[in-house]
Amino acid sequence: MDKATFRIWRGDADAAEFVDYETEVSEGMVVLDAVHRIQAEQANDLAVRWNCKAGKCGSCSAEVNGNPKLLCMTRLSDLPPDEPVTVEPMRAFPLIKDLVTDVSWNYKVKEKMKPFTPRPPDAEDGTWRMEQVDIDHIQEFKKCIECFLCQDVCHVLREHDLHDEFIGPRYLVYAASLEMHPIDTENRLEELKDSDGIGYCNITKCCTKVCPEHITITDNAIIPLKERVVDEFYDPLRKLFKVFTG
Amino acid sequence: MASYETFDYDVLIVGAGGAGLRAAIEASTSDLRVGLVCKSLLGKAHTVMAEGGVAAALANVDERDSWRVHFADTMKGGQYLSDSRMAELHAKESPERVRELEKWGALFDRTEDGSILQRNFGGHQYPRLAHVGDRTGLEMIRALQDHGIHQGIDVYMENTIISLLKTGDRVSGAFGYEREKGRFKIFTAKAVVLATGGVGKAYQVTSNSWEYTGDGHSLAYHAGAELIDMEFVQFHPTGMVWPPSVKGILVTEGVRGEGGILTNSEGHRFMFDDIPELYANQTADSPEEGWLYTQGDRDARRPPELLTRDHIARCIVREVQEGRGSPHGGVFLDIAWIKEKLPNAEEHIRRKLPSMYHQFKELADIDITQEPMEVGPTTHYIMGGIRVDADSQMTCVPGLFAAGECAAGLHGANRLGGNSLSDLLVFGKRAGEYAAQFAMENDAVPIEENHIEEIAQHVLKPFDNPTEGDNPYEIQAQLQEKMQQLVGIARSQESLNQALEEIEMLCEKAENTHVVGNREYNAGWHTALDLDCLLTVSEAIALAALERKASIGAHSRDDFPEKEEPGAGKYNTIIHKADDESMSIRRERVPELTDEQQQIIEEMG
Repeated sequence: MDKATFRIWRGDADAAEFVDYETEVSEGMVVLDAVHRIQAEQANDLAVRWNCKAGKCGSCSAEVNGNPKLLCMTRLSDLPPDEPVTVEPMRAFPLIKDLVTDVSWNYKVKEKMKPFTPRPPDAEDGTWRMEQVDIDHIQEFKKCIECFLCQDVCHVLREHDLHDEFIGPRYLVYAASLEMHPIDTENRLEELKDSDGIGYCNITKCCTKVCPEHITITDNAIIPLKERVVDEFYDPLRKLFKVFTG
Repeated sequence: MASYETFDYDVLIVGAGGAGLRAAIEASTSDLRVGLVCKSLLGKAHTVMAEGGVAAALANVDERDSWRVHFADTMKGGQYLSDSRMAELHAKESPERVRELEKWGALFDRTEDGSILQRNFGGHQYPRLAHVGDRTGLEMIRALQDHGIHQGIDVYMENTIISLLKTGDRVSGAFGYEREKGRFKIFTAKAVVLATGGVGKAYQVTSNSWEYTGDGHSLAYHAGAELIDMEFVQFHPTGMVWPPSVKGILVTEGVRGEGGILTNSEGHRFMFDDIPELYANQTADSPEEGWLYTQGDRDARRPPELLTRDHIARCIVREVQEGRGSPHGGVFLDIAWIKEKLPNAEEHIRRKLPSMYHQFKELADIDITQEPMEVGPTTHYIMGGIRVDADSQMTCVPGLFAAGECAAGLHGANRLGGNSLSDLLVFGKRAGEYAAQFAMENDAVPIEENHIEEIAQHVLKPFDNPTEGDNPYEIQAQLQEKMQQLVGIARSQESLNQALEEIEMLCEKAENTHVVGNREYNAGWHTALDLDCLLTVSEAIALAALERKASIGAHSRDDFPEKEEPGAGKYNTIIHKADDESMSIRRERVPELTDEQQQIIEEMG
């Protein structure tokens, strides 16, 4: 069996460094397999999050050779051979230990957002009628597995650390899934403009590139939301109309 | 005890998959303090992996469907070992539980007239599974999560419960640790709901993640509750088999629901060769009839690929053992063939089965719209579990409730696909409701402090054990290997006795596990602690499998191929912890059906 070197970030918020581990690799392996093998054989206390190992739960987010990735969907055969594979935690969140970061901020952001609020049911049995064509685009947003890789790569959060002023791509997608939901009655545009900081996004599409679910975050979610915000608050005709209608 | 943080609740829920979240939401509708503890981050529990759909007789696609047909299908699929009261409640209430999810923001795929679309699945007579492509579980857990976070529930993510606390006969709380710092936490509660899921990590090849170590089963057993029918472990017929690192990952039954067929190395569609008596008149005579069924022809009967999971898993094992397997020890599952039948087959497959397309493309370099998949059985689900009252979900320990996979009764000897997502909604809600009621009707009982020190010492022991003690990962791997070999799809008295000996030996080894590092997010320590639960449930599975001298549903004995022991009738196996702390087993007759239930079964046969 071949061997490969993995350069893994070890330590906690106080002190951490890369440590090299050599381990056996075989056909079809993903980075998470190698990390597990190292954990079982050489570094029993190595901290790594994972659950489904099939790209469906979004737990094993990390940075492989500097790129935000799900460890379970990153195949060794897609990485340069004969070079050490670096594995480090997401850099946009505080480190807990090794590959595990404190992502609790994300959960707090969601809790603050206005929840789904449906219109009264269409039918007597308490159900709604919706055309498939009207929900296709929302179902795209709902593929999100909350891996937070888009948050990790977003420069507003990663480099400028504006976690208090900007909710990040994940929650703009979430907002889009609610705002465009055919039976939702809530209006979130004011929050999007103010506390959610949608204006910070300058559509560099880094989030779209790293999304393991291939959600077209920028084009399908963020840009349409930006347009709605502009229409609502910056459209001169509408402004004029508002002056007259109070 | 003063050194441990203590949190007081009326209702404490352990587990945040579908059942736990649904229970928490229900309990929070009363004016009660509700705590929810989960091993992973919120929204990552195994429910997220469920693919094909949630079974509910909405009758949106075929108006012939009703709770009565769903009830009959569930009983038959479970080989009539299910608790018929649970099967009845489940069939009656699941439509409302599914509709309610849309009120909370879930969006299922639609029919032409805009209502919830339903698909075919094994053992269900009519298209019954509400779904969202092949990511139904994600939609469900997210709807419950996003609704639940606004209900005033306190969530403790990445916390593990090590032991339930009892005062006298009643449950009074739970003792656990948080992963981040390894600190201990005490939760007091008037009522506790276990919703911890399954036991898949007891096996080598499994679709389950690290979390599924039988915690709820083990907590309940040690607290004096009973476990029933633990021998019934579902080996899902279609898990990935290649490459080795993805072995066991689930391939949804939805592939077969959409027309996928199983073939062997000779290109033969072997499922037509062996159709069980019980299903003979409901199964297609020809490939063409089977195809028409998957396309919604109401006069056609289902293809044999949509027979129950236990049967298909056995047929696949037979093909492989008799030398007709695929190159990597499975069989072929082919959906690409539907190109012969449908004009836009490739797009259709990608739309109906997007995550399967994605999974095979990225993990195995296989394009499922062009070539067949290789699949084989994978440990998926346990039908057995904590014995509960059908209506309230309470165990025999006052104040202790269980729901979802860790509870038992609904699925009998074999679970139908789609009946798990509906199970966790229906009985999650019931558990939350009755736990809240129990909490309102009973005063809190003080916890017993001396017991807590004992638990704390036990939990820290792996750090103090001599360094030559075994590595917890090795013990876990040894257990998985033995369970796979000896308590897998084919079992015998000899293999099961050997398994029980091996488990006993591993229990001794586990006592001396040594872990390195400190208490902070230490995966080795967590693995060592999970071993206690894994070993308890492994012993229960092997013991129950030894007790049932027959081959029925998911349980197959090479030495007893008949469905029933002569003269034994239909019975459940019941495990409890004896006074001398040993695991004891007995049989009880399956409860009688009501006259109405009997009549439904006869009519729907």
